[in-house]
Amino acid sequence: MTIDWTNFTPWASLAGGLLIGVAAAMFLFLNGRIAGVSGILGGLLRPASGDIAWRLAFLLGLVAAPLAFALAAPLPEAQVDAGTLTLVAAGLLVGVGTRYGSGCTSGHGVCGLSRRSPRSVVATVAFMLAGFATVFVIRHI
Amino acid sequence: MQVLTAFLTGLVFGLGLILSGMANPAKVIGFLDLAGNWDPSLAFVMAGAIAIGSVAFWFARDRERTLLGDVFRMPTATRIDRRLVLGSLTFGVGWGLAGYCPGPAVASLAYGGSKPIVFVAAMLAGMAIYEVRNHWPSARRQTTA
Repeated sequence: MTIDWTNFTPWASLAGGLLIGVAAAMFLFLNGRIAGVSGILGGLLRPASGDIAWRLAFLLGLVAAPLAFALAAPLPEAQVDAGTLTLVAAGLLVGVGTRYGSGCTSGHGVCGLSRRSPRSVVATVAFMLAGFATVFVIRHI
Repeated sequence: MQVLTAFLTGLVFGLGLILSGMANPAKVIGFLDLAGNWDPSLAFVMAGAIAIGSVAFWFARDRERTLLGDVFRMPTATRIDRRLVLGSLTFGVGWGLAGYCPGPAVASLAYGGSKPIVFVAAMLAGMAIYEVRNHWPSARRQTTA
């Protein structure tokens, strides 16, 4: 292992992480819910009355974020190396996996670990290990 | 009010994702590439988010209601079962393949060209497969028959 010092952005990443934490705290104290993106999105596919508007509003906020960001600073580069076929396969796996696993990086990784949920610890370890293993297979085998 | 606060939360969340580098799949894969030229930045994202999150959830423990007077709707499941583990492993494989997890993918819809749109469409299809297999009445009858 070598450290990629060129792309290492500890301060921006820490600041971004603090903002994500603030968002999780806002959602907890204002809406009384876990700010888990896969759950909020997936819940729209089984809509219950009174349950649709806040989900759409949260997602709309996410979509609007780069537009708001661009008002204050130039948007950082986003580089996607995956081709269409890989994107489709990855999307399907992420969609199915997060619903069976009841959460993703936000719900389990941020909120779940913050509330010391044993289920979220197990889920986070599992998806991190699978992520490390997948990149290892693709890049080094 | 809950709709407005949800929108603002999504906005702050998305700004954090973009600033942190989580919305850049190449950076995510650089973090997951332990054996290569490793970029540890995303560990700082988790550290920052969990630092604030831990304090928030700790303060919320003794509260009965939210600031808007509503009840808390927290997850109640406690069982660590095959679904949780296999689902999370499946998610991790998809995450490693493209470098997108759900939040950054949605936050990239308006700024990453067509690739995040393709990813989110496939992700919704994956979520729909779960719904059909688990929550459609006809599917339930078949699986219990």
